[in-house]
Amino acid sequence: MKDDTAQKPDSNAGVTRRDFMKISGIGVAVPLVLGPKLVEAAGEEVAVHGPGKVPITLSVNGRKLTAQLEPRVTLLDALRDNFNLTGAKRVCDRGACGACTVLMDGKTVYACAVLAIDAQNARITTVEGLTQGDSLTPVMHAFVEHDAQQCGFCTPGFIVATTQFLQSHPSPTMEDIRHGLSGNYCRCGTYNGIRAVALASGGRQS
Amino acid sequence: MSEYQWPDPATRPLLGKRISRVDGPVKVSGRAKYTYDYNPDGLLAGKILRCPYAHARITSVDTSAAEKMAGVKAVHVIQGPGTEIFWAGDEIVGVAAVDEPTAEDAIRAIKVQYEVLPHFVSDAEPPKNIAPDSGPISRDEFDDMQDNQVPDEQLIAAIKTKGISFHPSEKFLKGIQDEGTDAKVIAALRSAKYIASVMSRSPYKETAVQTTGEPDKAFASAAAVSEGLYGASCITHCCLETHGMASEWPTDKDMTVHISTQNLSGIAGQVAEPLGIPAGNIQVLQQYIGGGFGSKFSPDRWGLTTAHLSKKAGGKPVKIMLERDAEQEVAGMRPSTFARVKVAADKDGKLIAWESRSWGTGGMGGGGTPPLPYIFEIPNQRKQNIAIATNQGSARAWRAPNHPQAAVISMGAIEDLAAKMNLDPVELITRNLDLTGKRAQTYREELPIAAEMMEWKRHWHPRGDKTAGPVKRGLGLSLHTWGGRGHNSDCDLTLHPDGSVEIKMATQDLGTGCRTIIVIVAADTLGIPIDNVKLLIGDSRYPVSGASGGSTTSGGVTSSTRRAAVDAREQLFAKVAPALKAQPEELEAVSGSVRVKGDPGRSLSWKEACSKIGAMPLTIRGKNPDKAKPPDLTNSGVGGVQMADVSVDTETGIVRVNKMVAVQDCGLVVDVKTAESQVLGALIMGISYALYEEKILDPVTGRMLNPNMEFYRLAGISDIGELKVHMMTGKGYDDRGVIGLAEPPVVSPGAAISNAVANAIGVRVPFLPLTPDRVLAALEQGGAHASL
Repeated sequence: MKDDTAQKPDSNAGVTRRDFMKISGIGVAVPLVLGPKLVEAAGEEVAVHGPGKVPITLSVNGRKLTAQLEPRVTLLDALRDNFNLTGAKRVCDRGACGACTVLMDGKTVYACAVLAIDAQNARITTVEGLTQGDSLTPVMHAFVEHDAQQCGFCTPGFIVATTQFLQSHPSPTMEDIRHGLSGNYCRCGTYNGIRAVALASGGRQS
Repeated sequence: MSEYQWPDPATRPLLGKRISRVDGPVKVSGRAKYTYDYNPDGLLAGKILRCPYAHARITSVDTSAAEKMAGVKAVHVIQGPGTEIFWAGDEIVGVAAVDEPTAEDAIRAIKVQYEVLPHFVSDAEPPKNIAPDSGPISRDEFDDMQDNQVPDEQLIAAIKTKGISFHPSEKFLKGIQDEGTDAKVIAALRSAKYIASVMSRSPYKETAVQTTGEPDKAFASAAAVSEGLYGASCITHCCLETHGMASEWPTDKDMTVHISTQNLSGIAGQVAEPLGIPAGNIQVLQQYIGGGFGSKFSPDRWGLTTAHLSKKAGGKPVKIMLERDAEQEVAGMRPSTFARVKVAADKDGKLIAWESRSWGTGGMGGGGTPPLPYIFEIPNQRKQNIAIATNQGSARAWRAPNHPQAAVISMGAIEDLAAKMNLDPVELITRNLDLTGKRAQTYREELPIAAEMMEWKRHWHPRGDKTAGPVKRGLGLSLHTWGGRGHNSDCDLTLHPDGSVEIKMATQDLGTGCRTIIVIVAADTLGIPIDNVKLLIGDSRYPVSGASGGSTTSGGVTSSTRRAAVDAREQLFAKVAPALKAQPEELEAVSGSVRVKGDPGRSLSWKEACSKIGAMPLTIRGKNPDKAKPPDLTNSGVGGVQMADVSVDTETGIVRVNKMVAVQDCGLVVDVKTAESQVLGALIMGISYALYEEKILDPVTGRMLNPNMEFYRLAGISDIGELKVHMMTGKGYDDRGVIGLAEPPVVSPGAAISNAVANAIGVRVPFLPLTPDRVLAALEQGGAHASL
């Protein structure tokens, strides 16, 4: 199993959500600056970015992508709106449905629940990064074979989630699947096919 | 004479086989581009300011601060001062800005003041004595009456006595005429008195009591009578791709629209009229749609707003996709329906009498009228329906409008009657299949298949699981029907001299497999691999095809494609015959070749054959319907049977589906794989609305309490149990032609699951969703509802 542990974010990573909570009550007018401003909050020095646009660099699918973004922009919106990586979908926009699932340092995350500024030092893989050209991965082939898709809007999220799930559970049981793939919702009702994908792929690998 | 009829099983290499959907690879790889993904250079982000009150009058709108903000490119007031707003979330102002954060800031800078008015959002049982409603018939009510097949005489009488609150346009009248509305009804509409709709003081609209036969006499003579309370709450469509549209004006008079729609060919007309430009100047585009389920037929007010904003912003593209909360609150809802029912059988278990008082809400329009009793034409009936107008976004067609609710009510009542008579419900239903009319034979064939798949005889027990322990298990079933005749469809098929085949059609694939079945029909008819057919859909400049609603697409697009492909084949044979020294009628197109029947040696490869066309490609138009090219290739009316096996924890009230089986007819199955997916998907969507989904309105604020996806809960992969599907095929099915499949299988799951729960715990949980609180309440009342 491939398990990349998340790198500790360095001081340039910007404000984390927790830090943001700590300082959100402070009414400091922050001008448009390139680097972070340091403020004292809850007895600690905290780097403040924004509220205007700041330069953000993301490592996505092996490429460095840069943009000027407000710190409030989510990873999902940055990927979709700024880098035209539209495989991850915006559906619930608050970490409930899994349609925006991407890999951050090899682990699945909901891209709508991560700020782009916080994702700067992670290796991000979107569904587009799983393939090259017109090729398909074995998991993608299995989705087609088992017809594990209808309208297809939840499918990229499921592909990323299933890919990671099968890496950590090469021979999943039905119970593993029930738990491991319950972070994604589908409205058309394609779970039967997705279950078949997970079982068949596991069978092949075991 | 060309042979348009569907080929025999022996001579169809692709039709009726298991073929993977052709747009699978582009979807799984994330390369499929949806309207939400439309992201051209210079795209402006549109946002809508929505009314926070369920009923209010706008007193002032101040957009000046928003208009001055950097990055804001256009502001459009959708509803101005003086306008009465009837539901929370209604659209007030639209803005377009360089990006979404800026647009959000601009929305916050707009100041709207309201006079808040009293609202009403309850769909609880109406009081016994409701003042008679004499108000005019609204367009929605007329549509509902048509959907529910209210007899023509009754419809005409209602139009004459009540008047109508809408002006029926010639286009509208032509439309309903094309759909088969009787000329007398159309005449009644033309001469109807117009009465402007006034918000009636009472939210309740009661229909006249409809009586058939002699219900009182029948109830008096009955061997068994069961009374109960049944129903299903309001749910939303919850499309994963929210509603939305992008507009741009390449010139002052031309528009390009990207929209998430089930109605690609119908959008231009709906956009053109309010904007005052010719429909022909509008190009509508959509390659992929992230779910519609009946909620995406119109451009909607937000869509038109993108057109206004774009015009104000110099024609730049403006896109508005609804936020999730707006999607849940205003962009689609299935009406609630509840009923008190009394049903009776004679000593032989024949259903003889039905009485129901039903009610429900579909928002301001009132609500749908459920087709009660469902499926069974019980000879003696008395029924009445009360539509409740509530201050919430209007109902939209939700897969099989009114049928799932009618099934929950009717199948629940019949199951309770069977329990009262100590009969296996399969037995009671079987004894009454003659009452189902045309589909009786279908159900007769399907019931034993479903029973075997479920091992019904082995697992079924009389009401109330008597085994020890808190977890009780039970079985339930339900039957359903739907029309599903193919809609109007035009198909252009082009044969190129190099052997490539191109099809153009302004249709849409909602994830049903529409693309796949078009390509299968063309390739099967021409005897070539499906990869040889290039299919172009999703552009309004292609030949017109109907909206995807009411399970009409499969029959429509396959019929027009079949006629085009057969004609193309004939014309090709005429060109090729001399080269093969044969008559055209002696030729056949099989396995990638054109050859002489019975003499495979005299053969040309498909490519060689097509080279005989000449220098120019050949385009043929196929149509549905087309009386000049018989036979009819589509049909109406299907039957299905579903059974559910559930476990209910009587300590927690949690219901789990262990297994569901579906046996489904849809005439000729074009692609077994995508057809099965459609049925499996319907079972899962059914489990979802049976156990989890409910649009909850707060009586105090009038707002939806769960306009999101954490508290508006969908079934997940861990909630679905084992699912088995059997498609009816062969004689008696294949020969009926292609019939749509989107609606029928989603009708029964709620009823089957509700019945299985009653069978497990011995009491009826009256209303869907069967949430733990409702299950525990029913247990505590000891089935008081079931034996009112």
